[in-house]
Amino acid sequence: MSCMSVHVLRPLAPIRRVPDLRAATLAEISCASSLDGAGTGFLLAALPEGPVLWAQDRLTRREAGVPFLPGLGRWLLRADLSRPADVLTAMEDALACPAISAVVGEIWGDPAALDFTATRRLAMRAEAAGRPCWLLRRAGSASASAARMRWRVTAFPSEPAGDDPAAPGDPLWRVELFRSRLSPPGEWLVRHERGEDGTADRLCFSAFAADRTVAEPAAADEGGGSG
Amino acid sequence: MKGAVPDDIPVVLSAEGPHGPVVHDLNDAARSAGVRRGARVVDMRALCPALQAVPASPRGDAAVLTRLMFWARRWGPYSATDGGDGLVIDTTGAAHLFGGEAVLLSDIEARFATAGLTARVALAPTWGAAWGLARFGPARIVSHDPADLYPLPIAALRLSDETLLLLRRLGLRRVGDLAAIPRLPLMRRFGRAPAWDNPLTRLDQAMGRLAEPIGAPEPPPDFVAQARLAEPVMDPSDWLPGLVQDLAAQMARRDRGCRRLCLSVFRVDGRRRDIRVATAAPSREAGHLLRLFQGRLDELDPGFGFDLIRLAAEATEPLATAQVGLDGNADTALHLSRLIDRLVSRFGADAISRPLPFQSHLPERSETRADALRDDPPPAPRPDRPLRLFDPPEEVRVLYAVPEGPPALFIWRRQQIAVTRHAGPERIAPEWWRDSPGARLRDYFRIEDASGRRLWLYREGLAGDGRGGMPRWFVHGVFA
Repeated sequence: MSCMSVHVLRPLAPIRRVPDLRAATLAEISCASSLDGAGTGFLLAALPEGPVLWAQDRLTRREAGVPFLPGLGRWLLRADLSRPADVLTAMEDALACPAISAVVGEIWGDPAALDFTATRRLAMRAEAAGRPCWLLRRAGSASASAARMRWRVTAFPSEPAGDDPAAPGDPLWRVELFRSRLSPPGEWLVRHERGEDGTADRLCFSAFAADRTVAEPAAADEGGGSG
Repeated sequence: MKGAVPDDIPVVLSAEGPHGPVVHDLNDAARSAGVRRGARVVDMRALCPALQAVPASPRGDAAVLTRLMFWARRWGPYSATDGGDGLVIDTTGAAHLFGGEAVLLSDIEARFATAGLTARVALAPTWGAAWGLARFGPARIVSHDPADLYPLPIAALRLSDETLLLLRRLGLRRVGDLAAIPRLPLMRRFGRAPAWDNPLTRLDQAMGRLAEPIGAPEPPPDFVAQARLAEPVMDPSDWLPGLVQDLAAQMARRDRGCRRLCLSVFRVDGRRRDIRVATAAPSREAGHLLRLFQGRLDELDPGFGFDLIRLAAEATEPLATAQVGLDGNADTALHLSRLIDRLVSRFGADAISRPLPFQSHLPERSETRADALRDDPPPAPRPDRPLRLFDPPEEVRVLYAVPEGPPALFIWRRQQIAVTRHAGPERIAPEWWRDSPGARLRDYFRIEDASGRRLWLYREGLAGDGRGGMPRWFVHGVFA
């Protein structure tokens, strides 16, 4: 009598198909707090190369700071505007310009100008122009929006740094796609692999386990952004 | 203008007077023959049979003088015509560019001589003093005291012939005589005279006691398109496309592109309203120029309507005809400049910028605003620099300080933040060549809190560095 031992592995959380971050459409990122740079980092990794229009309203500049060139290392055209409606106008204008590769707008709170119609206009313009458009929101509620992908990005304790265990290491982000037309929603732990030590410059999506531990990186999108 | 006629033939310019032509102006030969200005030409012919009379052209003279006035701005930012035969230039602060005031005057004289004109020049603190010294003073005088005017005849005060005659009858022959007598009787005597003919006013202007600013006219724009309307209208948008096309066609004929456009509407109630738009690169594409006015026409405030619309190109630059690519697309820089134009015309030039790296270790000075059309590559991102910067840095309250390293617990905007990991310090010293002497050094730490938020924290100063009290802590940036 032969017996066969079957070792049953506990299945990890199901890995979803990873959404296409380079999709030419309107995507929205909700950031948890002003001190949370995870949304900005995730967005930056997802942006394609080339000039980017970065429009901010006054409250965002005051509360969450301004993009800092030495850290970003990108060709930015900054639009420091006062009202949220101005930000939306500038984004629409920039989407029509073939020289801009992506458009980023930051809006604080839930202004009346940022209603369903405004986001729908942006989404349709982005799709017609064929370039991604990102809306970064803080202190707002998850109100009706026509964004094709809506993300919630929060910081996650970083990986240990190589030489100094007490120092913060490479960033990790907890990324939740809570509403999407393009791919099924899901929750991931995302690491940005820069192309320095031989690895490709890409975003590495790992399933986010319920006990907040990091699973093996199982899915990586091919279209990760460059920093 | 002299020129074709030799100097030894007496020539006068004649103007129409009430009893036939009168002498408007004359050359030196005519003057030595006894010809007087203002006399009838027929009388002067009797005096000097060889006299030649040429009709004067006051309008042509004025045009030439206006042209010279704009040319004279090479010596100073403001210039104006002064009567029918004078120019006034405000050279305040400009003389050193030519090597001093005396050299400046010689330069003016020499350049007018090259242009075939005899110029009498003088430099004085006031317009009135310069006027008198140029006409009645010694040649090329540089005066720093309006009292230099005192020995000159009373005619140096820019007064009409009647007033001069009256002053001479009163026995006042020199400017000094007028300045010496009491003001009250003069004030009574000339109380009804207009300001430009009042000896006291003119004296005060020459002495610098009364201000006399120079109204320097702007040179007319090279390219203007205008629409005259039969009836006043409230909205120029129907006429604007035609005007823009007209202007673009004018510029295309001379290979120019505009950098600044001014749309003016002239209201029926006697007011004028202007809207100015600017472009980042010279352009004469009608569609693009038209789009710059989108959303700006509300600023016009038409009142009861306007009946004249004028579109002027205020600044133009050479712009050769460009070849559009075979795919119908122009190049990237052109599209980018168009976008910048639209954003700037809508939100103002201060709102739109392109950050470029600047050589400074202080984070808030390490980027600078630059021309958005420059084509240099972006810097490589530095992992030890944050993605976002708080401007200004936000102070935090330390709850639990650690002797070396960042605080273990601090409060930022009423939130308690516990530091779990940190790296640093990175010391950045103040820039002694820019900062005030009391500026303190900064020690920057990269920290991470329990929830994974990564911040850039710095301590300003050291305990006991003699530059203020205890060191303070600030949040300066946010990492990814």
